[in-house]
Amino acid sequence: MAGQSTYVPATGFTRWLDKRLPILRLAHDTMTTFPTPRNLNVWYTFGGILTFCLGVQIVTGIVLAMHYVPNADLAFDSVDTIMRDVNYGWLIRTVHATGASMFFLAVYLHMFRGLYYGSYKAPREVIWILGVLIYLLMMGTAFFGYVLPWGQMSFWGATVITSLFSALDQIIPHLGTAITTWLWGGFAVGDATLNRFFSLHYLLPFVIAGVVGLHIWALHVPGNNNPLGIDVKGPQDTLSFHPYYTAKDAFYLSLFVILFAGFVFFAPDFFGNPDNSIQANPLVTPPDIVPEWYLLPFYAMLRSVPQKLIGVLVLVGALVTLFFVPWLDTSKVRSCRFRPLMKQFFWLFAADCLMLGYVGSQSADAALNLGGTQLPLVWLARLGTAYFYAFFWLLMPLIGLIEKPKPLPDSIAKPVLGGKGERK
Amino acid sequence: MTTATEPEPTRRDFLYIATGAVAAVGGAFAAWPFLDQMNPTSAVLALASIEIDISSIQVGQQVVFKWRGHPLFVRRRTSKEIAEARAVALSDLIDPVARNANLPDDAPATDANREYKPEWLVLIGVCTHLGCTPTVSTPQAPQGDYGGWLCHCHGSQYDTAGRIRKGPAPQNLAVPPYSFLSPTKIKVG
Repeated sequence: MAGQSTYVPATGFTRWLDKRLPILRLAHDTMTTFPTPRNLNVWYTFGGILTFCLGVQIVTGIVLAMHYVPNADLAFDSVDTIMRDVNYGWLIRTVHATGASMFFLAVYLHMFRGLYYGSYKAPREVIWILGVLIYLLMMGTAFFGYVLPWGQMSFWGATVITSLFSALDQIIPHLGTAITTWLWGGFAVGDATLNRFFSLHYLLPFVIAGVVGLHIWALHVPGNNNPLGIDVKGPQDTLSFHPYYTAKDAFYLSLFVILFAGFVFFAPDFFGNPDNSIQANPLVTPPDIVPEWYLLPFYAMLRSVPQKLIGVLVLVGALVTLFFVPWLDTSKVRSCRFRPLMKQFFWLFAADCLMLGYVGSQSADAALNLGGTQLPLVWLARLGTAYFYAFFWLLMPLIGLIEKPKPLPDSIAKPVLGGKGERK
Repeated sequence: MTTATEPEPTRRDFLYIATGAVAAVGGAFAAWPFLDQMNPTSAVLALASIEIDISSIQVGQQVVFKWRGHPLFVRRRTSKEIAEARAVALSDLIDPVARNANLPDDAPATDANREYKPEWLVLIGVCTHLGCTPTVSTPQAPQGDYGGWLCHCHGSQYDTAGRIRKGPAPQNLAVPPYSFLSPTKIKVG
């Protein structure tokens, strides 16, 4: 949909600038007149919300870095100083810490939206792949950031996650140990580790911003997918991005900000772990190590396997699987609105992710009491992990071949305007 | 034959290949310092050995020291714990290798190969799964089914010789390089 530019410089200065650096033309074509399907619903507002989240994290993060000290002896106290002594430090840090959770909440809704409406399918494969890359970078950034307060959960979370690499010892002896020593800068997680994690935590958001730029660039080549999953056929199917979608995005962003502010002001510790209020102690592991909520499903997968290397491979494989989604789905129809069979398995998949998240939050040997019989949660984790893999590698290719989709509408304009906008 | 039709290499070809070779080799040499700076500094490596007085440790007690940033378990085993560890058949072990830095890499994981003196077990307190510190089992507060240690993170269980018996950990708890300087003093590292 990247058509002819409709930008007309209005003043002498903008005409002069347009010949030298057509940046206003770029802004005009991508953010003002960009033709956008007229039927986008609320689930399409998360792109804007996510951009907002990234901005909030960068701005609050830069401020926090002015007061934080990346040193194993001083880090914990410097966070306390931010919370108690720095003017509005409590607010800025709470926004940053809560912001990470809000960022992941938004990105998960954005991803499930993409899965439901088939936004990963041709010609939007590259948009999806860049999105998965952003998601992985977000996980890395969040992990590094979680280590910085240097509490018990910071320290032991860092130990467990970096030790995932030691599984390589089972493929090539000593390779995994060499890698963990290299990552730590010592024989254990320590001062050197904290320093480098701080450096990377500051770097990665800007890498994310760069990949977001590519993600949006790739989006502007074919234009948005839409809830019907059919192609735009002409101008009658679209609206200009501004003011229609700027207004819609701004409205839902304001609702999102209300939720965000609700957590910040009324439940600032809601996403936190009490063990992180205890300073890191390399000699005592907390009774239950739990990652942040947004990593729990993958943590459950890791724990579902009683063999170290295979457990790590199952975890990594689940993430790598996401890159292949555009080619695993064999259906010619994008949107689940017209895929009665896929729709059911999609919702089962969403429930599966929630269930894995629940299992991941419980201790390793927990059991569910079902009217007297004890069901060990590890079996739920195994079931959930199996379904996660089966959904992508078995059901996606298979359902596309056997499913009989419902008839697709002729155009986007027709169901929206009842044919009134149709130009014959 | 395609080679017959190929023209003689020119000065331009030579410059092209030479520049590419310099770029590749130079790039590799330039990358190494940036990779190696992540490894432990000499100050970290210098702190690699400690001496420990074990005279105050009672039978049945474990004391935790800090070595190379990791917990170091020194456990004075009861005769019952020693007997239990010695009674285990090698075929029942998940990891059949001693993992003792003082012995050859392929030494079998018999109880005798896990210590110098039956009473004293010296181990690195790092679960070989993902690095948590396992909790010691005592008759008052048993941890797991094997009387040794239980790692709460992911449920790995070790016996009274620190050998992995159940759970996701792949290896026995490591025995660090150590020696007895006197009957009540050991040097680790």
